[in-house]
Amino acid sequence: MAVELDVFVGNTTIMDEEVYQLWLDGYTVNDAVKVRMEGGVLDECEASADVLLSDTMDQYRTFQMCERLLHSPAKLANQCSNDFPLLCLSLFRYYAFDDAFVREVLGKKLSKGTKKDLDDISAKTGVTLKSCRRQFDNFKRVFKVVEELKGPLVENIRQHFLLSDKLARDYAAIVFFTNNRFETGKRKLQYLTFQDFAFCAGQLINNWTVGAVDNMVEDMDVDLDKEFLQELKELKILITDKDLLDQHKSLVCTALRGKTKAFNEMEANFKNLSRGLVNIAAKLTNTKDVRDFFIDLVEKFIEPCRSDRWTAADMKLYLTHYTNSAHILDTFKHQVVWDRYMGVIKSCIFKMYHD
Amino acid sequence: MPGKLKAKIVAGRHLPVMDRASDLTDAFVEVKFGNTTFKTDVCHKSLNPQWNSEWFKFEVDDEDLQDEPLQITVLDHDTYSANDAIGKVYIDIDPLLCTEAASVISGWFPIYDTIHGIRGEINVLVKVELFNDLNRFRQSSCGVKFFCTTSIPRCYRAAMVHGFVEELVVNEDPEYQWIDRIRTPRASNEARQRLISLMSGELQRKIGLKVLEMGGNAVVGYLQCFDLEGESGLVVRAIGTACTLDKVSSGSAPNTNTHVHPNTAPASNACNSPSKDGKESPLAHGCRSTHNSPVHSVCSSQRLSQNFSVSVPTLIFTGMGSGGSAGKEAGPLKTLLRQHTQTALEQREFPFFTLTSFPPGFLVHVGGVVSARSVKLLDRIHNPDEPETRDAWWEEIRQEIKSHAKALGCHAVVGYSESTSICEEVCILSASGTAAILNPRYMREGCLDIGSTDHRFEDPSPPSCGFCHIPYDELNMPFPAQLTYCYHCRRQKVPDVLFTTIDLPSEAAVTGKGCLIQARLCRLKKKAQGEVNATAISNLLPFMEYELHTQLMNKLKLRNMNALFGLHIQISVGENMLLGLASATGVYLTALPAPGGIQIAGKTPGDLSNEHHILTIQKRINDTIAKNKELYQINPPELTEEGLGSPIPEPRQRSRLFRSHSESSDELSELDLSHGKKDAFVLEIDDTDAVEDIHSLLTDAPPPTGFYSCNTEIMPGIYNWTSGIQMFTSVRVFRLSNANLTNQGLNKIFTDLCENLLKSFYFKLRSMIPCCLCHLNFTVAVPEEELIQVAVTAVAMTFDKDQAQEKPAEKPINKGSSENEEQLQFPLELCADVSSANTQPSSKVSGTVSLLTPAAKLCQNQLVMIHLPGVPESTNVSSRAASVDYGSFADRCSTWLELLRLKAHTIRRGSVKTSRRTQSLAHSVSSLERCSPLPEGRSRSLRSSRSFGGSSVTVVKMTPLSFLPGIRIIKYLGIINMFFIRETTSLREEGGVSGFLHSFIAEVFAMVRAHVAALGGNAVVSYSMKECVLMENPNKNQAQCLINVSGDAVICVRETDQEPTASMTNIGQTCCSANDGAT
Repeated sequence: MAVELDVFVGNTTIMDEEVYQLWLDGYTVNDAVKVRMEGGVLDECEASADVLLSDTMDQYRTFQMCERLLHSPAKLANQCSNDFPLLCLSLFRYYAFDDAFVREVLGKKLSKGTKKDLDDISAKTGVTLKSCRRQFDNFKRVFKVVEELKGPLVENIRQHFLLSDKLARDYAAIVFFTNNRFETGKRKLQYLTFQDFAFCAGQLINNWTVGAVDNMVEDMDVDLDKEFLQELKELKILITDKDLLDQHKSLVCTALRGKTKAFNEMEANFKNLSRGLVNIAAKLTNTKDVRDFFIDLVEKFIEPCRSDRWTAADMKLYLTHYTNSAHILDTFKHQVVWDRYMGVIKSCIFKMYHD
Repeated sequence: MPGKLKAKIVAGRHLPVMDRASDLTDAFVEVKFGNTTFKTDVCHKSLNPQWNSEWFKFEVDDEDLQDEPLQITVLDHDTYSANDAIGKVYIDIDPLLCTEAASVISGWFPIYDTIHGIRGEINVLVKVELFNDLNRFRQSSCGVKFFCTTSIPRCYRAAMVHGFVEELVVNEDPEYQWIDRIRTPRASNEARQRLISLMSGELQRKIGLKVLEMGGNAVVGYLQCFDLEGESGLVVRAIGTACTLDKVSSGSAPNTNTHVHPNTAPASNACNSPSKDGKESPLAHGCRSTHNSPVHSVCSSQRLSQNFSVSVPTLIFTGMGSGGSAGKEAGPLKTLLRQHTQTALEQREFPFFTLTSFPPGFLVHVGGVVSARSVKLLDRIHNPDEPETRDAWWEEIRQEIKSHAKALGCHAVVGYSESTSICEEVCILSASGTAAILNPRYMREGCLDIGSTDHRFEDPSPPSCGFCHIPYDELNMPFPAQLTYCYHCRRQKVPDVLFTTIDLPSEAAVTGKGCLIQARLCRLKKKAQGEVNATAISNLLPFMEYELHTQLMNKLKLRNMNALFGLHIQISVGENMLLGLASATGVYLTALPAPGGIQIAGKTPGDLSNEHHILTIQKRINDTIAKNKELYQINPPELTEEGLGSPIPEPRQRSRLFRSHSESSDELSELDLSHGKKDAFVLEIDDTDAVEDIHSLLTDAPPPTGFYSCNTEIMPGIYNWTSGIQMFTSVRVFRLSNANLTNQGLNKIFTDLCENLLKSFYFKLRSMIPCCLCHLNFTVAVPEEELIQVAVTAVAMTFDKDQAQEKPAEKPINKGSSENEEQLQFPLELCADVSSANTQPSSKVSGTVSLLTPAAKLCQNQLVMIHLPGVPESTNVSSRAASVDYGSFADRCSTWLELLRLKAHTIRRGSVKTSRRTQSLAHSVSSLERCSPLPEGRSRSLRSSRSFGGSSVTVVKMTPLSFLPGIRIIKYLGIINMFFIRETTSLREEGGVSGFLHSFIAEVFAMVRAHVAALGGNAVVSYSMKECVLMENPNKNQAQCLINVSGDAVICVRETDQEPTASMTNIGQTCCSANDGAT
């Protein structure tokens, strides 16, 4: 004796937010029923456990049916459905992700290999495996779709997945990191949050990619501008030319004197720090060094400053003058490249300079 | 050539990938009508092809126009092998044949495949040019309007009600043809779909012809059914009420100046008792039982037709009633009345009306329920062109009904319906209705001149109680009943209980609220074949009907009510059992006497333990009655006894009663009629069965607080509906274990199944509280030996709790809601502002979210908001109706989406705690509204309706009712009658049977909505699912399902809006030009 079939279909879909979240979080039907029972739904509605089970199964089935649509949301807008707004709302939830999880896979290849490691990540982050899989698949789906598209990355993601602006930017960051395989997993980078990286990715996309100059190329927002990277080599003159280096240092020091407590450390470390930043720029033609971009920033610049106890304000002051002083150097001819480089570096370091 | 049909294929979208290699499709379209086929060019390598074809023109007879559907097939071109079918669209062009209905069909239709479901959409334009044909002998009936609605449609006035029309057509079922063995399931399904579409068209045309012959122009209460008789064929039959309808000019309330016009056609067989033997077909195996029960009181006398010899020894329920009282001078009037009407109505072969609610004054008296059932053995239909056998079967049943009505002193049957239940070769035909007397003034002979009959009929009895007065002569009652003087007017006699199949007349005086009352019954039967089986079934039927009535009566008394409306008794036959389900809405009619309590009596008085047991049960029953009284707010006004005739029959009268009674029943009751209390209803506990019955009586749980339910159009006692509606279909199949089941065990399972289903609805719809489930329509079936299937379609409607008691003076349903909107507008605006300013959920919102986010509700309203920005204010209605095109709709809402994105981001991080998350969501939506880029006036009114869930107009609303609360129907676009088959060979992959059926029903909804939208409509009223046949074979991973749905496509506007000034015929044009612009 058993209920063999049990369906409830409304002209507009009835969706229980709580159950939807449980489903997204990867609860099984039975676990979800338990959670709901503990939540006290039953007492409020004079219902029995059977009713709750039936309702939960029904909701889960509805979500599974919607899932197909959510995978290609562009179609969703044209469905002969009374549920369009509801689907939109569920869409945002569906494509939402846990920062803890994304931090683990950021910059990794979205391959089968990574997918196999998901249970480790699940154990580490406390996100259920099912939810990990959904998030992973979402990343992969978005990555695959936008990979072949022309035009601005964020806009493409928004168009194809009907996501919110913010969420689309986050996905753009994930796609960008995945494509360039930036290293984010090292211990030294652990203190950085996904939002830090997402911000940096935004800076890089807007200033360093091909799309920053030409907006109709394929992969324009995903690949860094090769020509620009080549030009970065020219910046080396700032550290190889002794006169230039000294001149730069004295300009910066004059500007900073008396304005900060860390002045002594700044003066002492100037050459080191400058070498660090310019070397990073010069090496970016190598794919390997691009991957290490963030770790290099931390090792070569952020860590020394932190050990000297610079405040964030110090950092801002220093970098501003460091950048601006280069313009005054007579023999330094690469102002445009310098600005394009330092603009991004500055904002990235500001964002990354915290505990 | 009286007609030219033109079709244009514009574009497709979201087509499936048909070529794995390129992940694309080379699609083209075949457009077929009759035997003519046109093709579009192949649109290479695209999932969103733009064909933009020329106009394909078909020059056809209007007869074909009515019968045939336009068939559109989308195919994938293949150079080397056969072209693959993607799917089909059948378009019924009947709505285009009415000058008043739609003028163009234009829109995106889901492309449907019986194996894969919906696969993309296609944009089609269809037009018809009709030439006038005055040929007297034509076979077509273009222009006759059809309505599923079982009342006079809202924007029409009935100039004349002509009466009953019926027709049936039969054919071989393609599924059972020899060719089916060699063709694919797809081909077979499509053949079936096409055939049924053809047959429906033919049926409508034939009915239309009959209507024209009678001088009418419309069919109201059109009820079409399929009988899938398996090997023996396929029957499509329909009944309806022919009317002459006049369109009501805008604004004025439907004038109810109704005339029933006697059928001028010579009534050949006006004889009262049908000569059954003459009509008995040789094909029917002579095994037939019809029996009726004028379900008027407990004492329903069982009338068995003469040539069926089942003795019914247990039918001694006469003892449970008590006597009647003699009438005074009411007699002569009634006779007079009858004389007037008889002449008019009795000329008619069948004075039946499929309507369930009537213009005021139409219905004079109601006698009671009349029903007839007959068991038949199916045999192959040898000659599809002459469906005489089936006709004869129904003819018999209708004659039976007619004579029952006559026995109740009535000349007409209203709320009439017919149904069948088929298992293998056995078929139960059922018909039921309510015997009634209709207003004689409206039936004057030759009242064709409408103008002269404007003066109101002076009704001898007030409308609020008149229909309850007995139509029969109390000296010569067809069955014993206890009569009293009407508690309302005190002038005429009323029965103690009243059962009817119609809706509660809107003018009826009701005390308190009503509720759904169901009687459920299972009876096991032995498996058998042929005649033995049929005899066994017909032997069981009277007992089942009797028990169902007893249950109904008990439950009615338990709820302290005295009348049932919308009674529908369904008996389904399976291989080893019969299922009976009776649903009705119980009410307390003020005019009828208060029901007495239920008294328990033991078989063996003196046994102390037994006595004690009885006492406890008695106490429980009394408690329940008291509780129900409170629950349904039944506080009848106290009446002084002296004003009434004594309800206690004097001995002299009683003896007379006996005498008249003995005429119809050969077994005279031996029981003491005056069992202590005067109107107590006695239940005897003499065996375990009875104990069981009483327990089941008490187990029916009342709906949770805030919920009401009924199976009529609206709930008696609730008058102020708000605009929130949610239509739903639910199906449950229960598998019985094959352990030895007893009748009791089975009953319990069946009862639990129905009760749990109701509980599930209450739980699912808890966000709509306070709300009422209306038009709860249960359909039971026994698809296989161990399966019980229950399918329910209903609509949940919200109402305003505070004003629920008051009954507005007139047109109650239409008014309340608009007023409420006005009232609530202000506070709501306020709270939206507050919430956005403080970034705190407003109290209004948080109040409702504790249970669950009313996301569905909120979103439903959002839909309206999206819908409107692009629509110019001035042409609001016409363009709104037209703009249901989904493509442009999506474009238009992009700005809105933007906002939603913005807001929704804040809620994406949800914890498991419900309340917090839901609040934030609700908040985000409410603040979203605040910044919606709408013109001020528009957004204001939209916001106001928000809290009621679903504001006035969403994309396409659906409801089984004939109206939408707070919304005015301004135009009927034609009938929607669709039949779909879905089959799968990958049941597991589709989520099992539940997943399969769930997606199928959702697809059916989507297709109905798309067709309505293409007609330019924005709602479906009187929607019903006539058929849902599911066959499964999980072992083979296969399932097949057939669904038949119908309804009326309409254009409606919010009550507050003005009638559009733009000519409605232009809608189509503007709509399609808008499409062109958008695509």
